[in-house]
Amino acid sequence: MYNQKVLEAFANPKNVGEIENPDGEGTVGNATCGDIMRITLRIENDVIVDAKFQTFGCAAAIATSSTATQMVIGMTVDEALQLTNARVVEELEGLPPQKIHCSVLAEEAIKKAIEDYRAKKENKPIDKSHIDYV
Amino acid sequence: MKVYADCAASTPCDEAVLQAMLPYFTKEFGNAHSQHAFGRESACALDTARDTVARILGCKSNEVYFTSGGTESDNWALKGTALHRKNKGKHVIISSIEHHGILTPAEWLEQSGFRVTRLPVDNTGLVHVEDLEKYIDDQTTIVSVMYANNEVGTIQPIKELAEVAHRHGALFHTDCVQAIPYMNINVSELNVDLLTISAHKFYGPKGAGVLYVRNGVKLDKLICGGGQERSQRAGTVNVPAMVGLAKALELSRENLEKNNAYIASLRDHFEQRVEKEIPYIRQNGNKNHRIPSIANYSFEFVEGEGILMLLDFNGIAVSSGSACSSGSLDPSHVLLAMGVPIEVSHGSIRFSFGKHNTMEEVDYIVDKLKETITRLREMSPLFDLKKGGTYNV
Repeated sequence: MYNQKVLEAFANPKNVGEIENPDGEGTVGNATCGDIMRITLRIENDVIVDAKFQTFGCAAAIATSSTATQMVIGMTVDEALQLTNARVVEELEGLPPQKIHCSVLAEEAIKKAIEDYRAKKENKPIDKSHIDYV
Repeated sequence: MKVYADCAASTPCDEAVLQAMLPYFTKEFGNAHSQHAFGRESACALDTARDTVARILGCKSNEVYFTSGGTESDNWALKGTALHRKNKGKHVIISSIEHHGILTPAEWLEQSGFRVTRLPVDNTGLVHVEDLEKYIDDQTTIVSVMYANNEVGTIQPIKELAEVAHRHGALFHTDCVQAIPYMNINVSELNVDLLTISAHKFYGPKGAGVLYVRNGVKLDKLICGGGQERSQRAGTVNVPAMVGLAKALELSRENLEKNNAYIASLRDHFEQRVEKEIPYIRQNGNKNHRIPSIANYSFEFVEGEGILMLLDFNGIAVSSGSACSSGSLDPSHVLLAMGVPIEVSHGSIRFSFGKHNTMEEVDYIVDKLKETITRLREMSPLFDLKKGGTYNV
């Protein structure tokens, strides 16, 4: 049901792990739904220079995590905020319909990590209780 | 290395079964309902097949109805009896861990105004007789509980459950699709009214099943048309498939004890290694009451589909109880009914062994499984949290 590109991204994911003392981090999803994604970013002068992910989820979740992190490296934070799940799916040349929701997590995790970066930059400690998990 | 460990899903057709079937595709192709010699030859083959099934199940030949498989037999048993007996009452009882062949028609009955009770199971997947006593009433017309579960292999106390059903004037059906390859089943000993089997689980062809219906039990037809199967199930009977079913059933009886012991030894070796070598796992099922073929494990912090696919990349075929693999996104209803936490149920895999598997293959599966779980856990944020002391986010 998956195309070759998705299988490849799942079998050999890039950017697995976490960045120590990241400039931005975002965790979305929950274990009950079977998907959790955590993305950490290294940002210099508003440009994302490194991104890493950890994902609990199906093959589509892992493939989209890997692809999304690859896509945002080199982008400015403003550009990365414009990244949609549709673009990630396009990059993977499509996902089965019931797996599209997995790609939403990647978009959300990146947005959350950038929000975290901006909050930190403004020296506002982020209130963890306000993170709502989808 | 290519390893097939998904025998609860299907088994390869035995060579002897295939050979028994072949003449009925080409030379003896007549419609078993035709009057001429071609037809009579087919009818004769069908009679022989029916007699074989009847002898093995311990019933009369006219109590054996050939169907297209387990799902049709399940549907027919449940809907057919519930509809036929609706004047007595509109209450149906099934277990919460039935195959979809029973679950879905039960939902259909519910939408058509029937009351459906789904019996709970304990954390090993066992239905308790007291629960049936508690929920059965004078409106109950049919009780359907599977003999062995297809995901965890737990064997149910069918004889005791059937006794309760009969005491309350209800009929009893049991789905024996997973039990028949491993258990000697005699319908009068079990004292059931209806019973379902499917050939491709015991090295027979797909698309071939049986519904045993005790003489005197009436049920509405599902498929209307010609007068085949004593006018109860219309449609030209698939003669080669039924010849294959009977042959496969016969062969499976011949070596039952030997095969069971061998398959159990493979499974036990698998379980010993998994339980010793992989941390944070949960064994699902009942180690005292189960068929020898199935081992079901939940691997915490990882998701079943990923496990299944990485094993598949290594040539290993298993099945995931997890949602993501089938279209539906819900985790296994069987594991949830057993009280497996939902986040753990997502990482569940069913390994089901057969007579063709070897110890070497089992070792290969465990080796690749260890690699797979380690790899996915390294990717999992939950595993990190576990190491840090918190479990869930």
